[in-house]
Amino acid sequence: MELKDLYRDVILDHNRHPRNFGRLEGADAHAEGHNPLCGDRLTLSVKLAGDRIEDIRFEGKGCAISTASASLMSEAVKGKDRDTVRRLFDSVHALLTEQDAAPGAELGKLAALSGVREFPARVKCASLCWHTLNAALERGSAPTVTTEVPDEVPSDLASRLVGEPQ
Amino acid sequence: MSSSRASASARMGVSPRTLDVDRVRRDFPILARTVHGHPLVYLDSAASAQRPKAVLDAVEDYETLSHANVHRGVHLLSQEATAAYEGARDRARRFLGARSTREIIFTRGTTEAINLVAQSFARPRLGPGDEILITALEHHANIVPWQMVRDQTGCSLSVAPINERGELPVDRLIERLTPRTRLVAVAHVSNALGTILPVAEIVAATHARGIPVLVDGAQAVPHLAIDVRALGCDFYAFSGHKLYGPTGIGVLYGREELLAAMPPWQGGGDMILTVSFERTTYNELPWKFEAGTPNISGAVGLAAAIDYVDRLGLDAIAAHEHALLEEATAGLTRIRGLRIIGTAAQKAAVISFTLEGVHPHDLGTILDSEGVAVRTGHHCAMPVMDFFGVPATARASFACYNTRADVQRLIEALHKAREVFN
Repeated sequence: MELKDLYRDVILDHNRHPRNFGRLEGADAHAEGHNPLCGDRLTLSVKLAGDRIEDIRFEGKGCAISTASASLMSEAVKGKDRDTVRRLFDSVHALLTEQDAAPGAELGKLAALSGVREFPARVKCASLCWHTLNAALERGSAPTVTTEVPDEVPSDLASRLVGEPQ
Repeated sequence: MSSSRASASARMGVSPRTLDVDRVRRDFPILARTVHGHPLVYLDSAASAQRPKAVLDAVEDYETLSHANVHRGVHLLSQEATAAYEGARDRARRFLGARSTREIIFTRGTTEAINLVAQSFARPRLGPGDEILITALEHHANIVPWQMVRDQTGCSLSVAPINERGELPVDRLIERLTPRTRLVAVAHVSNALGTILPVAEIVAATHARGIPVLVDGAQAVPHLAIDVRALGCDFYAFSGHKLYGPTGIGVLYGREELLAAMPPWQGGGDMILTVSFERTTYNELPWKFEAGTPNISGAVGLAAAIDYVDRLGLDAIAAHEHALLEEATAGLTRIRGLRIIGTAAQKAAVISFTLEGVHPHDLGTILDSEGVAVRTGHHCAMPVMDFFGVPATARASFACYNTRADVQRLIEALHKAREVFN
């Protein structure tokens, strides 16, 4: 477990200077995400052109991982259609929770999040924005999404905790 | 040591004991482990304290040698288990200074104790127009049960404010007492801020108006000697695991005449004298409120924890922790961008803080990577976070086994966080 794997330069940069930060005028969809563990809140607004995300912004206060993840996501999904976004969601989910997942080329800068899986308590910070985006796209204007979903515990968490060097 | 505590000891002609922290640390096996390659610095005792070997052994001895169900059999093991369980009740009675074991109800913890009072004392008595008064620094466990009673009965819930230091001005609480106030529920010590509330003063003012008081003592019992009769409160609740005891066991103290008038909360075995399909006669206090087989080993562990704390001396523990609190407060104040949340004049050994530019959640991860365990988040006190305009804080809390070296490790780890986020 290396701290510098979690707080990579890309992450620190996006935390300090979040891209696409703010609220979008004339958005087609909004969703609010909430991580009850740490109190983080995130609001996404999305402008659609047919099936494509034409523009996206986010606002809220969160930790470095949640802010950087939302910022990276906003860059990654802008201009993409729903299917592509769904595939990206799956890739990010695998990246965050599966120990051996090698980041695919489709992830681009999102691969900087690969260190998060070494920090099981922080996976939800990185996934919050993706669940929120999902809700915005699925339901248009969705109620608050929370990170309290059962599949967010890395599959090998138990074995890794037991195997923690003393 | 606080001056009031020192002078109290002087008045009683008792010289305060001092704590041999190296010896104390040897009593806690978990302190020998490492975390991420560093010796553990455990600064999260306000969430749950670690257990000394005396507690672990007492639980193991009971489970290994004496376990059976209580109040059930004539066989030897059942008698031994009953003696251990009821002995633990008397130990808790002495610890709180209660008059009778009929006033000591075992619960799963503080939360269940407060819910018991909410459902069995408040709910049957309250209706529209009646009021319950709490304070702005309560833990969710002393908010939500009253909101449930509010929704069940149509009563209202009012909140006494705190000031910017996180103190509760008693006159502001008194202003909120009305002829319809039926119950006041206050923390003895704030879990998020460390503030020690002037409970005796609150009880005096409230009783002068004939209003009963419940005290949430979860954060107080590890740091302050409690005498429920001197405090004068009507209900006092605490949890074993904040007091170096097991989880899943806690105590509700209630004045006997109030408990006697309250209906049972849960039905089942052990809380009855006779049952037929037509009618049931409820058991005497305290068993009327203990339906089902209780947490026997938890009670045994709690009694051992109380013995342990008594052996060290709460005055010595408090003095030791206070010295650490002062050292940590001074050290943290010197860190650029660090803001301490909760600066009450009377504080238990809890420091909540934020570090500018570093979210508490990131801080928690960085400190953990250095082997320093602190709590981060809203501390189950979201209204307190709202009041101070922060989503969360980091919180370091000190116990009898913490050292000045632990404080230094915390400060070094905070500097490391500064570096990572520079």
